[in-house]
Amino acid sequence: MKRLTALLSALIATLSTRAFAEYGLNMTEGVTSVSRDIYDLHMVIFWVCVAIAVVVFGAMFYSIFAHRKSIGHKAANFHENTKAEFLWTGVPILILIAMAIPASKVLIDLEDTSKAEMTVKITGHQWKWQYDYPEEGISFISNLAQTSKDAINDNNKPENYLLEVDKPLVLPVDTSIRFLVTSSDVIHDWWVPDLGVKQDGNPGFINDAWAQIDEIGVYRGQCAELCGKDHGFMPIVVDVRSKEDYKTWVAEQQSAKAAAVASATKTWSEDELMAQGENVYNTSCAACHKKDGSGMVPVFPAMKGSKVANGAASDHINIVLHGKGGMPAFKMLGDADLASVMTYERKAFGNTGSVIQPSDVKSAR
Amino acid sequence: MTTATATSHDDHHHGPEKGIMRWVKTTNHKDIGTLYLWFAFAMLLVGGAMAMGIRMELLQPGMQVMDPHFFNQLTTMHGLIMVFGAIMPAMVGLGNWLIPMMVGAPDMALPRMNNWSFWILPFAGGILMSTFFMDGGAPAFGWTFYAPLSTTFAPDSTDFFIFAVHLLGFSSIMGAINIIATVINMRAPEMKLMDMPLFVWTWLITSFLLIGAMPVLAGAVTMMLTDRNFGTAFFDATGGGDPVMFQHIFWFFGHPEVYIMILPAFGIISHIIPTFSRKPLFGYSSMVYATASIAFLSYIVWAHHMFLTGMPVAGELYFMYATMMIAVPTGVKVFNWVSTMWKGSMTFETPMLWALSFVILFTIGGFSGLMLGIAPADIQYHDTYFVVAHFHYVLVTGALWAIIAATLYWLPKWTGKMYNESLAKVHFWWAVISVNVLFFPQHFLGLAGMPRRIPDYSLQFADFNLISSLGGFAFGASFILLAYIVVDCIRNGKPVDARPWDGAKGLEWTLSAKADYHTFNTPPSRELIENESQHS
Repeated sequence: MKRLTALLSALIATLSTRAFAEYGLNMTEGVTSVSRDIYDLHMVIFWVCVAIAVVVFGAMFYSIFAHRKSIGHKAANFHENTKAEFLWTGVPILILIAMAIPASKVLIDLEDTSKAEMTVKITGHQWKWQYDYPEEGISFISNLAQTSKDAINDNNKPENYLLEVDKPLVLPVDTSIRFLVTSSDVIHDWWVPDLGVKQDGNPGFINDAWAQIDEIGVYRGQCAELCGKDHGFMPIVVDVRSKEDYKTWVAEQQSAKAAAVASATKTWSEDELMAQGENVYNTSCAACHKKDGSGMVPVFPAMKGSKVANGAASDHINIVLHGKGGMPAFKMLGDADLASVMTYERKAFGNTGSVIQPSDVKSAR
Repeated sequence: MTTATATSHDDHHHGPEKGIMRWVKTTNHKDIGTLYLWFAFAMLLVGGAMAMGIRMELLQPGMQVMDPHFFNQLTTMHGLIMVFGAIMPAMVGLGNWLIPMMVGAPDMALPRMNNWSFWILPFAGGILMSTFFMDGGAPAFGWTFYAPLSTTFAPDSTDFFIFAVHLLGFSSIMGAINIIATVINMRAPEMKLMDMPLFVWTWLITSFLLIGAMPVLAGAVTMMLTDRNFGTAFFDATGGGDPVMFQHIFWFFGHPEVYIMILPAFGIISHIIPTFSRKPLFGYSSMVYATASIAFLSYIVWAHHMFLTGMPVAGELYFMYATMMIAVPTGVKVFNWVSTMWKGSMTFETPMLWALSFVILFTIGGFSGLMLGIAPADIQYHDTYFVVAHFHYVLVTGALWAIIAATLYWLPKWTGKMYNESLAKVHFWWAVISVNVLFFPQHFLGLAGMPRRIPDYSLQFADFNLISSLGGFAFGASFILLAYIVVDCIRNGKPVDARPWDGAKGLEWTLSAKADYHTFNTPPSRELIENESQHS
């Protein structure tokens, strides 16, 4: 009852303050040639449908108005006309052919990824995206932003609620980009409406799509294929920059990567591991195993008192690296991140497992 | 009225058994039809309650009433219950009641199997519903249960879901065999195939779709079962399988399935519009050919559900062209209905209101279907609320609309009494307005970029979700009134004549006001069949 009252008051607040601002009615035109072609096609089919509807429903409503018994209309008795049947079979076929020609052209163009100047590999994980730039040697994970996570049960939602990530995909403007889409667990679908790109990521297979983005800006999208519990919480943010800014970003990422490799070879203190481990745990593990380590038994086991977290380090490393049953593999994370998160799992929640160093993870890979 | 006297003289010898055992042991097509219809209505309320839960969570941004895992269970079970528990059994129930009376047969051809077809259903439904109470919850992978979410990553209850789907398949296949056998073998000797009313034709064709499609579904769930429990890898790439193959198999069942739900509805509408236009059905034979064409096309378009799976461009082009072709026979049907009304003498009793709104709203669903069939545009529509709006327009304001129209249209024949017309009109306007408030804004949500099957959404989708939810609650409540109207008719309805609608044609209207327990013990004459034909 209390919940219902809260719901109702929130409802009234929504109605009075937001006053139907900033809603979308139609498909976006987007910022790529593909998305504009799709938009044009969509509008053509839409108006064709409207025209047909006006004719058919017009005839129907005229009949309802003029051929009523209540105004004394007597029924005719015709019930066949071969010419009419041929006409309304033939005319729709012509309309369909007229629609199929431009649709085929657009389809053939958007499936041709051979013009690409650069490649980004996108891997879906339950429930985050991994972006790899094979030529630049950059790789990172993109999670739902903490501000959105914190606001799920809060009436004050941040701007771009559920459409914000901790680390966006950065791309150069005016460059033809090939996207290779795959998955490590279930089927995901990488969709950014403004790019006109929506492509399934199938585990064990690689699909491709392409786009050339014409405008600098930030574009947002979401996973579009049901992929389990947090399907609604794995957004996509694409940060499109000028070619120079993109080059600067690539250089930054490459030096940061070199620093991370260096830090993975040193021996970390327990405090350092615990501090970084808590961050990694909250981004990558808490969705299932919960922030307080209680899990969602029996689907997602509890961390608190877990046999694995309190047992041999080698078993723990093995499960986190390679996954087990419904637990996805996490080998895409760096050695330092993995060592710190496992140390956190083994020391927090009252657990008494041993410390794991990045070098342990490295040798176990 | 020679038939009425000829068929009712031995009534007192073969009346129904008394008490609950009448319903358990019955082999009478009318009793079994009634059982199917009440079961379907109960499932409609259960599936509807789940929909109310879904709309409650989506009322505003944030998670208020449930966790995301339970939300996924609700969307999954809502779809399964509505498709396999409500729409399909309701259509089979109508077929049971009406087909023997329409073809002048005394009963279904295989009455004991008929009993079994029905009584499997409550057990299958019970098994399916019981998964809610199992560890890990009910299936949560969508009614399309794509692998590997439904295999490696699914809760243990999935094996119960697989068993329930097998049982539902048995029931449907037996029902289909029974209808084919009845129409072919039990039809009055004087009735030619092209004399049959449209509802009989559409159900005959639907039965062949069922027999073709349901075993494919059984194959898909069996492969899931062995992937889950016996170490096979049909859908697992690490073992040499392919998750996309699951989608091919599923949709090879799934696309005929959607026509299984809508073809009998076309038949129903083709009875109601001529009756209240007081004019024969326009283009009877083209209606039959259009139905057969749709059924054929339904088997060769399945991959239009899979444009984003990474199909080769030649495959996408083929499935786009084939899908667009479906618009042609479907259009023929709509044009024929409008031509039936043209220059008629129309009245607007409630069954006619449902039928007219069916023509408009189903056609809107058809238009969005045509848009979805255009492969490049589908890139933006796919897996959004635009799709949700599309299939609810064809299934709710299509299939369900026809079921409600049929219930009101034939209720006088089933009960010998008339429902409360003014209350039924109130119910119609309530439902038709609220259903559009519910589903029309979902077109906008989908085009603006809201994916389907998400429990929470960003703020730009808030307004239309609020409107949609409010419409949903109003629409859900309208079914309480429908239940009252039907029960009130059975209990307190005014007695009617044998032919309560003055424009109605068909052998069923030649029977006594309330159809006797056994009808057409002697087949109808050629003269009677010609008089009651839809196309003369």
